[in-house]
Amino acid sequence: MAILLLADHDNAHLSDQTAKALTAAGQIGSDVHVLVAGSGARAAAEQAAKLSGVTKVLLADDASLANNLAEPLAALIVSLAGSYDAIVSAATSVGKNVLPRVAALLDVAQVSEIVEVVSADTFKRPIYAGNAIQTVQSTDAKKVITVRTASFAAAGEGGSASVETVSAAANPGLSTHVQDALSSSDRPELTSAKIIISGGRALGSSEKFQEVILPVADKLGAAVGASRAAVDAGYAPNDWQVGQTGKVVAPQLYIACGISGAIQHLAGMKDSKVIVAINKDEEAPIFQVADYGLVADLFDALPELEKAL
Amino acid sequence: MKLLVPIKRVVDYNVKIRVKADGSGVELANVKMSMNPFDEISVEEALRLKEAGKAEDVVVVSIGPAKAEETLRTALAMGADRAVLVETEDQVEPLAVAKILKGVAEAEQPGLVIVGKQAIDDDSNQTGQMLSALLGWAQATFASKVEIGDGSANVTREVDGGLQTIEVKLPAVVTTDLRLNEPRYASLPNIMKAKKKPLDRKTPADFGVDTSPRLKVLKTEEPSGRKAGVKVKSVAELVDKLKTEAGVL
Repeated sequence: MAILLLADHDNAHLSDQTAKALTAAGQIGSDVHVLVAGSGARAAAEQAAKLSGVTKVLLADDASLANNLAEPLAALIVSLAGSYDAIVSAATSVGKNVLPRVAALLDVAQVSEIVEVVSADTFKRPIYAGNAIQTVQSTDAKKVITVRTASFAAAGEGGSASVETVSAAANPGLSTHVQDALSSSDRPELTSAKIIISGGRALGSSEKFQEVILPVADKLGAAVGASRAAVDAGYAPNDWQVGQTGKVVAPQLYIACGISGAIQHLAGMKDSKVIVAINKDEEAPIFQVADYGLVADLFDALPELEKAL
Repeated sequence: MKLLVPIKRVVDYNVKIRVKADGSGVELANVKMSMNPFDEISVEEALRLKEAGKAEDVVVVSIGPAKAEETLRTALAMGADRAVLVETEDQVEPLAVAKILKGVAEAEQPGLVIVGKQAIDDDSNQTGQMLSALLGWAQATFASKVEIGDGSANVTREVDGGLQTIEVKLPAVVTTDLRLNEPRYASLPNIMKAKKKPLDRKTPADFGVDTSPRLKVLKTEEPSGRKAGVKVKSVAELVDKLKTEAGVL
């Protein structure tokens, strides 16, 4: 089985999401080629070549691939697809955007967000916000798969694959990039952090969110998450949202502060190793999944926690 | 410009679903059904574009059982002009849904298709992207802002690192994310009026689409559950437990 794994990267750095998706790809088949599509992306390609289990890296370097626009990226993947039995990507915003387009162009039913590889054609995936797990067998000759990376460990380094350049496909020219407004932060990424501290609606304002959550995050070296309610209310940016339709995380320690625990939020964090809930309402559903629950006002508890660390 | 809005009838987002004991699927009998929340956002966005004078006609389409008519009537009550029901009792996978929608789009000739980014039942997040591919149109997924220009649209997208704005040529497919808008409720007079709005009935065969599944569902099971742990009395006890018992600090 030859597998094409689409890399997530920002040209300079390969995302560790790719190392996790690589683990899943390696369970589907042993001949894994990583596609690094970008502009000035050789550094990312060289990082991919070092991952253990990669047999070849394909580098497509072209201005049309600079911003992960779906149409030129899908056209590139389809142009390469003939040699592969499966096309795999991490279920990141890039993978989720482009892979269904690839699947439709190849007339393949995609298997989204797999959490387990049962065999080369059979996978487990969550449905209904993770309240049920489906085992599905793909009957298509070619597979198109996105991987929920929280369910797979990152592949290590130690590989020395060759980097081969491939040409970009003709750009359909249907869309252009206008601008990015990306958050910059020294904190770890949500999807790779070992510790996450998340805030909910109980924070009450963006100022309070920053004042109460961030110092604890900095003390712990933690990433910061938020519930949908907190993001909708404007207390936290969209890319902090953890849940069914936001990011799915599985850190060593997840601290939920003032989050009631709607099923949509639990869907994004219930595979965390240890869950701590701090909430004033002792009936909050979050306590049903928490290993350690503290019934307390978070405006008292969090400053105290910061001092105790 | 005409706007086409596909909507899906799903288990209401407040319902805690139950997996059937024999592993054959999820219990859907006597469960409250509603419009997929992302599709409500799509309908709302279409209505706002119409109210802003950017579009004249909002057509909603659903692929599903006869009861999906209720969901379409809800969209009509919100303010959509016309509905198409593609009736089938089968479970239709996103690829086949996209093929049917392509047929509907070719018949209706919309300037923009606005579709929810994912349905909260199968959580696939595929249909909009697939439809866009089959039509050979541009796609703008996970939209939190849509601005219609002359022959193009600027769409701000929610991406992993923050926000990305792209310009797409029209016609295009936009998939909606949570922050795009807050959907309105239908008023009682509008619910009454919606009963008289036109609704066309079609079948997948009318569009020449085979809806046989490509994915064989072998089993549906409960996720491995988590049990509630212990309540701690103080921050000091919490820190102590995290250090000594859980070993995560």
